[in-house]
Amino acid sequence: MTTLTHGTSAARQPTARHRTPTRTGRRTPTSALLSKTVVNGLLVLAACYTLMPVSWLLIAATKNHRDLFATSGFALGDMNLLTNLRHLFTFDDGIYLRWFANSILYSVVGSAACSLLCVATGYAFDKYDFKGKEKLFGLVLGGVLVPSTVIQLPMYLLATKAGVVNTYWALLLPALVNPFGVYLARVFSEGYVPNEVLEAAHVDGAGELRTFARIGLPMLAPGFMTIFLFSFTAGWNNFFGALVMLNDDHLYPVNLGLFMWNSVTQQQPEYYALVITGSLVAVLPLIAAFVCLQRFWRSGLTAGAVK
Amino acid sequence: MAAPLARTAGPPGAQHGPAAGPQSAEPAAAVRPSRGRRRAAALLITPFFVLFGAVMVAPIGYALWMSLFRERSSGLGFGGTRRVFAGLANYSAALSDAGFRASFAHIALYCALYIPALIGSSLALALLVDSALARAKRFFQLALFLPHAIPSLIASIVWIYLYTPGLSPVLDWIQSAGGSWDFYANDHVLLSMTNLSAWQWTGYNMVIFYAALQAVPREVIEAAVMDGAGHLRTALRIKIPMIASAIVMTVLFTCVGAIQLFTEPKLLNQRGAPSIDTAWSPTLFIWKAGFVQHDYGLAAAASLMLAALGIALSFVVTRLGNRWKAAA
Repeated sequence: MTTLTHGTSAARQPTARHRTPTRTGRRTPTSALLSKTVVNGLLVLAACYTLMPVSWLLIAATKNHRDLFATSGFALGDMNLLTNLRHLFTFDDGIYLRWFANSILYSVVGSAACSLLCVATGYAFDKYDFKGKEKLFGLVLGGVLVPSTVIQLPMYLLATKAGVVNTYWALLLPALVNPFGVYLARVFSEGYVPNEVLEAAHVDGAGELRTFARIGLPMLAPGFMTIFLFSFTAGWNNFFGALVMLNDDHLYPVNLGLFMWNSVTQQQPEYYALVITGSLVAVLPLIAAFVCLQRFWRSGLTAGAVK
Repeated sequence: MAAPLARTAGPPGAQHGPAAGPQSAEPAAAVRPSRGRRRAAALLITPFFVLFGAVMVAPIGYALWMSLFRERSSGLGFGGTRRVFAGLANYSAALSDAGFRASFAHIALYCALYIPALIGSSLALALLVDSALARAKRFFQLALFLPHAIPSLIASIVWIYLYTPGLSPVLDWIQSAGGSWDFYANDHVLLSMTNLSAWQWTGYNMVIFYAALQAVPREVIEAAVMDGAGHLRTALRIKIPMIASAIVMTVLFTCVGAIQLFTEPKLLNQRGAPSIDTAWSPTLFIWKAGFVQHDYGLAAAASLMLAALGIALSFVVTRLGNRWKAAA
């Protein structure tokens, strides 16, 4: 068992790192300039590759059906974005907006509850000693190893027996359980919540749960956000689960709705515009969330990096 | 299992010394009456474990149970079905099923292409961003990570449109350069699938590697530079060995993800890629067995074998990683 090492936080921010000298005695300025160009050139190329499909989606969403096929992918046709959006939001009695709301319910509400459970459990694993603690924690780690798609079929059959199949609960309940989140929460609790502070609260006469709610939880806020982001992404991504559990298209998340529309595009090409615009509307909030919440996924990914 | 490295900017003034690992965790307050503490611990962990039991343990137990039985339709199929104990017949049926075996061969071939491509490009990009020469490090990290913010279903749909003649600008570029390419042809479809997955995961793994590289002591790198090692040599000789365990972990997660491949082949199959059949990957096979043929016993047996493979992979890679670390 190795010990946890916490980097010296502030000094390690990429921005605050002092650079290694780029020029050693043996190098000429030209070769330094050349390698700088090569390094940054390669990075620009990679960024073009990752951004290309998203930019195509953005441009394609502005085209009507004729221009989609008649104009070249990155050439602009007539501006039809508003028409496409209107069509998307009114098609089939506005079913798309309903899917969108469902997605928000499954991912935002589900992840918030899930993160709270994870933080409470991780905190308890870190701060309390009880019988069979490490065995229980081993069970949680075992849960991390089990591939989620594999238990989908028996879960469906159990859900059928319990009568929750084809209801909101069919996706919400599984979304509440995130073993990796518990593991992360324990790591965060070790790093963020000093035992001395809890001691002080106890000396002041605060009860255990009150100490957790008033002191532990606020200190774990960054950890909560990180776990929330992970769960949120998983929830918004969950296509297989929805495909297995739901028949009623009024309960679909956006993913499953787009999948259904996409499956008829080859017979009815007018659905292409719906799928393209619908995809764009579905990814924009995610991209915005990622750009705004960078700090949190960064810390989550690093907590998962093993030394 | 190695403890993770939490390099998070904690609250100012918090002690970030080496924290005790779970093994050596000292009781926070031995002086407190323990009944209240026990009750608090129970209250905090019970909800999670109740749900954990319901959605993880119970389905696995149920799958085990189901995999031992066969449904026999009695009479003309009107009388419903009877459960018949089948022992390990479902397992042998799955293992002797040519389609199930082929699905693993497909995944193995896919991994042989995908893992080197993915790890190679993520590592190269992480080293590039980490090198002292890179500009706009934040922008590049974000731009490369962006695909991960896109649900894999939508990523698959978009790339499949980019593979579709008539819609795709990529095919237009290839044609204007005088070439021709068919993304769905039997020889190319695996490349198309690899590209689809690599696009989603390269930036994600790059960020993990980059984070691990931040933990490499700067003094070591500076010493190497002082000794006259160039950027490339520093990267190959110092940086890569020092983040070996992060690489091993990433390979592991990638393998466990690869055996669960579902969305990408499902959509390529829907598009009519000739070599991607309805049971191309193990999860597609399970889907077909369970939801199309309603052979739950077979589907459960196949699911459990896939889960066992995932867990076995985890152990093998972790063991290899430990040995590798010990040798380093």
